[in-house]
Amino acid sequence: MFIFTPRQIENNNWVIISPLISVIFTIIIGAFIFKILNYPVLESLYQVFVSPFSRPDRIADIFVKACPLIIIGIGLIFCFRANIWNIGAEGQFIFGTLCAGSFALLFPDNENKFILVLMFFVGFLGGAIWGSIPAILKIKLNVNEILVSLMLVYIAMLFIDYIVRGPLRDPMSFGFPLSKPYPDGAIISKIHFPGIGFLGQLHYGILSIFVLAPLAWFLINRTLPGFQIKVFGSAPKASNFAGFNKNKITFVVLALSGGMAGIAGVIEVSANMGKLQPEVSFGYGFTAIIVAFLGRLNPYGVIFAGVIIATAKLGADNAQMILGIPKVVTGIFEGVLLFFLLAGETIQNYKISFKRKT
Amino acid sequence: MENLLITILLTSIPILLAGTGELISEKSGILNLGVEGMMLTGAVSALGSVLILGNPYAGIFFGALAGILISFIFSFFTISLMTNQVATGLGLTIFATGLTGLIGEPFVGKTIPSLPKIEIIFFSEIPFLGAIFFKQDILFYIAISMIVLVHFFLIKSRFGIVLRAVGDNHESAHSIGYPVKKIRWICTAFGGMCAGMGGAYIPLVLTPHWSEGMTAGKGWIALALVVFASWLPFRLLLGALIFGGITILQFVGQARGWPFPSQFLNMLPYLVTIIALSLISIKTRAGNIYVPSCLGKSFFENN
Repeated sequence: MFIFTPRQIENNNWVIISPLISVIFTIIIGAFIFKILNYPVLESLYQVFVSPFSRPDRIADIFVKACPLIIIGIGLIFCFRANIWNIGAEGQFIFGTLCAGSFALLFPDNENKFILVLMFFVGFLGGAIWGSIPAILKIKLNVNEILVSLMLVYIAMLFIDYIVRGPLRDPMSFGFPLSKPYPDGAIISKIHFPGIGFLGQLHYGILSIFVLAPLAWFLINRTLPGFQIKVFGSAPKASNFAGFNKNKITFVVLALSGGMAGIAGVIEVSANMGKLQPEVSFGYGFTAIIVAFLGRLNPYGVIFAGVIIATAKLGADNAQMILGIPKVVTGIFEGVLLFFLLAGETIQNYKISFKRKT
Repeated sequence: MENLLITILLTSIPILLAGTGELISEKSGILNLGVEGMMLTGAVSALGSVLILGNPYAGIFFGALAGILISFIFSFFTISLMTNQVATGLGLTIFATGLTGLIGEPFVGKTIPSLPKIEIIFFSEIPFLGAIFFKQDILFYIAISMIVLVHFFLIKSRFGIVLRAVGDNHESAHSIGYPVKKIRWICTAFGGMCAGMGGAYIPLVLTPHWSEGMTAGKGWIALALVVFASWLPFRLLLGALIFGGITILQFVGQARGWPFPSQFLNMLPYLVTIIALSLISIKTRAGNIYVPSCLGKSFFENN
């Protein structure tokens, strides 16, 4: 019989230790799963977790892959800290991308990079609008934001599908559901290192992380709204007593995280695709939930978490090519990782001792 | 007309089954967002077992069993380790989506035999209604009778009252000696079993082959359905039929050439879910007496 005793003092080291232990345990479980399914264990683990580091251009690609995850994850921190469950970042990503993309396509001959600034704005707005739908329904009617935000993912997916097959389809696309290519100004270019050249797909969009993460950290830790969000999430009664506006917090965190997902979408599509297509996101919005948790709801933590998860994603692509392991296997790792992280929170809050049943 | 009604009924069975299970687990205070994942697990297990054993009835058994087993993961974390139920449920769905994709990979492109229809003698002779209600497969009958059973179980039986007490106030239920955690484990397992059978229904009756993520959000709609039904079994049936009807509407629309793009018709189930949740919230804004008060809260057993 296990006995749980609440801890009086928080164990601060645990904040860093628990994600590390979780990752290690996840790899062990992964090894078991590979073993059961008869894949070569060491070779599989090498492909998934190590092979992405084997060449400089591959390392660069990790950051490219991590970029949308980190940006969405930073947005989700605000929601999860406020105990608001936005699980529809995928939809907010898609809708933000769609808005910004449609905007860019209005100026087909534009070569001025200033349009990117406007696209960030439009993308943020689009994502924020999509995120504020569950917020408004929750505030006005007390509708569960989990279900609404998720349903909006499916709606956004079908909507962009309609747009690129219908109104925005490029007549020159030979029947493929693609929009016209973005104007030159709307493309985020790849980073050219003098003397080395391009490193994988590394692009200037990555730099946004180094602006957004400190900004988010500052908002959460050094401003009143950030404080309100934390109190609202961890002690709703105290927050109510202090007179914090519950509706305002709900709206702001959902709109903000939606907007961040929109920005992630703008960067992802402007840097890597250069046009709209039915699939602009590959589950980034869902994966970012894990990234936010793995980063312990801390913007800097989320950067590390994004890199770890992106490594596994790229590694899974390699494993699929070389060993024929379906790349959905990353879903298993993500799920297991989340379980361990949550269990880690229990250990953080309770002392666990073992006693024979009497 | 007859065929249309049958199709609507059959389409609503997976969400009805999954919703019934979730209703019981929510009544005991456990919000399991892993329904989508448990349904996928049920679907892939059913399909795999039928491919190996050749008997569609094996699919029901293994679908239900797989649902129960995977619900244990959820129970272990949320009930024993008191983790956050929302996050754990999400984790379960993400985990199961990956796991079923991996397990289902070799099944792609293979077709399984459907569950045979069973005619119930005498009743199936009733004109019109007979063909709709009494010439169906066994899971159909199970799903419908489950609703009736769950209704009477919750309202009339002693166990039902204990279960509701655990969901409404786990502290009190514990202090008068009911094993809160054990009851929640059982209810969550029941939810897993029902979701597993609901998932199994998809390959066994509706589309007899595997595709990744084939539940397409049905688990989430089942969750919404429980809210929409205000935790009342018979309203669950009504809600499931409405959603079945809307799902079929898109095919009817496409077949009849309605002047809407197909994507908009496909949006309907999700859009209607949002609208239905909003409408029911307007209606019950004053407070819904059927909501289990301890829904989603972890129970800390103080020794």
